Amino acid sequence: MRDDWFREDRLPHIYCAGCGNGTIMNCVLEAVERTGWDQKKTIFVSGIGCSSRAPGYILTDSLHTTHGRAIAFATGVKMANPSLHVVVFTGDGDLAAIGGNHFIHACRRNIDITVVCMNNHIYGMTGGQGSPTTPIGKTSTTTPYGADEAPFDLAELAIAAGANYVARWTSFHVKQLTESVLTGLNTPGFSLIEVRCQCPTSYGRRNKYREPVDYMTYLKSHAVLKEKWERTAAPGAELPADSFLVGEFVRRQRPVMGVPDEA
Amino acid sequence: MQGNIASAEGALAAGCTFFGGYPITPSTEVAEHMAARMPKIKGACFIQMEDEIASMAAIIGAAWTGARSMTATSGPGFSLMMENIGYAVMTETPCVIVNIQRGGPSTGQPTMAAQGDMMQVKFGSHGDYSIIALAPSSVQECFDLTAKAFNLADRFRTPVFLMADEVIGHMREKIEIPDSVEIVRPKTLAEGALPFAPGPDGVPGFAAFGTGRHIPVTGLTHDERGYPDTTNPARHESLVRRLISKIEDARHDIADYAIVNEEAEYVFVCYGAPVRTVREVVERFRIPDTGYLQLRIVWPFPEDLLSRFPKVKAFIVPEMNLGMMAREIERHVSVPVIPVSKIGGDLHTPEELVEAVRVAGGLL
Ligand SMILES: Cc1ncc(C[n+]2csc(CCOP(=O)(O)OP(=O)(O)O)c2C)c(N)n1
Ligand code: SF4
Repeated sequence: MRDDWFREDRLPHIYCAGCGNGTIMNCVLEAVERTGWDQKKTIFVSGIGCSSRAPGYILTDSLHTTHGRAIAFATGVKMANPSLHVVVFTGDGDLAAIGGNHFIHACRRNIDITVVCMNNHIYGMTGGQGSPTTPIGKTSTTTPYGADEAPFDLAELAIAAGANYVARWTSFHVKQLTESVLTGLNTPGFSLIEVRCQCPTSYGRRNKYREPVDYMTYLKSHAVLKEKWERTAAPGAELPADSFLVGEFVRRQRPVMGVPDEA
Repeated sequence: MQGNIASAEGALAAGCTFFGGYPITPSTEVAEHMAARMPKIKGACFIQMEDEIASMAAIIGAAWTGARSMTATSGPGFSLMMENIGYAVMTETPCVIVNIQRGGPSTGQPTMAAQGDMMQVKFGSHGDYSIIALAPSSVQECFDLTAKAFNLADRFRTPVFLMADEVIGHMREKIEIPDSVEIVRPKTLAEGALPFAPGPDGVPGFAAFGTGRHIPVTGLTHDERGYPDTTNPARHESLVRRLISKIEDARHDIADYAIVNEEAEYVFVCYGAPVRTVREVVERFRIPDTGYLQLRIVWPFPEDLLSRFPKVKAFIVPEMNLGMMAREIERHVSVPVIPVSKIGGDLHTPEELVEAVRVAGGLL
């Protein structure tokens, strides 16, 4: 963890041993550090969930808000003072369930914030209920016989809604993730970096990934690099079952909101 | 000028630079006027959010950058804002919420006046808390009280509500717009002070985001650094009690009212649109032995004002709800309190109030 950005006096943190959130925080702080941004002008915003506790451990001004509403709060911060850099940490439930409306509208507005979604496919903080990204067949306390609703693809949702920068990695892809966050931070407009990550406590325990490394192994072996897939797959071929694309999905320059005048 | 426009102008005069809102009758003109005016003001931002939950969230976010921020809504939208109103209380975020009340429950009567949110404004969010709410009874008061709301919000670091109603919001009257209005900004956070450590008045100093104070803001129960501390009963109790007492202890100082005829035996207590009928009855008809107390600030409730009428035999409370504030008044006095409740959207007629005095006389 980057010492100068970290609130040492907040230790111990609430994350379970082996949780993916710590890795993601580290990558984000590494990327933020590389932007050269003034720590004073960098604001972290989050909603509610394990993922959303991240800003509380970072030594900047931060807003830990209500469940699902982080992006709406961030919109107020950014529009009221566009010279501030605004980064949002969110969970899959926070972003796509209760906060789904704010998510798509922020993409549509293409407001200049960077959203990092720690997607563990489950509600961690409330103890393992199904989320809008729980894959079909996977179990949770509210899908005890296996989820039977189709999950959202968060990246596709952001692309369709108008975001300027969209990428997906996993907690295994530390280097690529850091680069992607850095690109997102430097891209004017809305950036979404979806990070699929392990939650050994709530997701792993119920879905045969009891050890953190088990889920990391799954992420590593089922993540298909987008570029490679496009180069090698037969036209129209379907991804292998359970696999998903990672990489940079969109980098574009649609009209944006919340960029300072002098930029 | 229309009441809603006067409210928007009052906000701009007070230096409001952020408005986030979602259209709803009968408050819409506030947002429309801000949309027309704000883009022409340097550094100001109008944004139409996707719903009222987002609007409330956005004005809180904006407030933390040091902007004076506001939203405007009506019944159903007000209900949606409740969770984030509690967040503003807990995080001591100064902001202004204009509620142009309409008939409820639910979508009820969108184009008709009501005063049905008077308890929701105080108790609608979860947990124990206190807020400040103003109630204009004229277009001039829409201007003056909205401007004042920003000063109270900054001074006490709390959400402040302008509880108008459809009649006042849509009424047109001549008003006087002053060259400038008084502006009181929050106390600044002293060098080295903790961001949630209260001053002698119970209110912590404020430092805007971006000024290098590294403030962690959370809706969780927190210590004076802003760090969560959610399972310590004493911490929670002292925080919540402070949030309440910083406002309740100052209620005499916050109070804003008019008193007519302290010698009266039959005293109307009124706020908002019914003030106009009360005035007609007491000042123009000169019904003997009547007087009134107009509350321009309804919360915190200024109960000591009720003792300003030594000869009172009964308080008569005309409201456009089924007796919300009447019950609050009853808690503080030993003489009869007679609610004159009217719902459906029409104002009280003078005859109805004269009748209420007659009935009160007969009762005693
Ligand atoms: C309005 C509201 N509804 C429900 C909750 C309870 N709640 C807290 S965290 C959470 C789910 C968090 O899941 P996710 O966003 O996926 O984050 P994670 O904990 O997995 O990181 C819920 C439902 C709440 N705090 N507020
Ligand atoms: S419950 Fe899951 S997401 Fe939450 S801290 Fe534990 S491992 Fe991480």
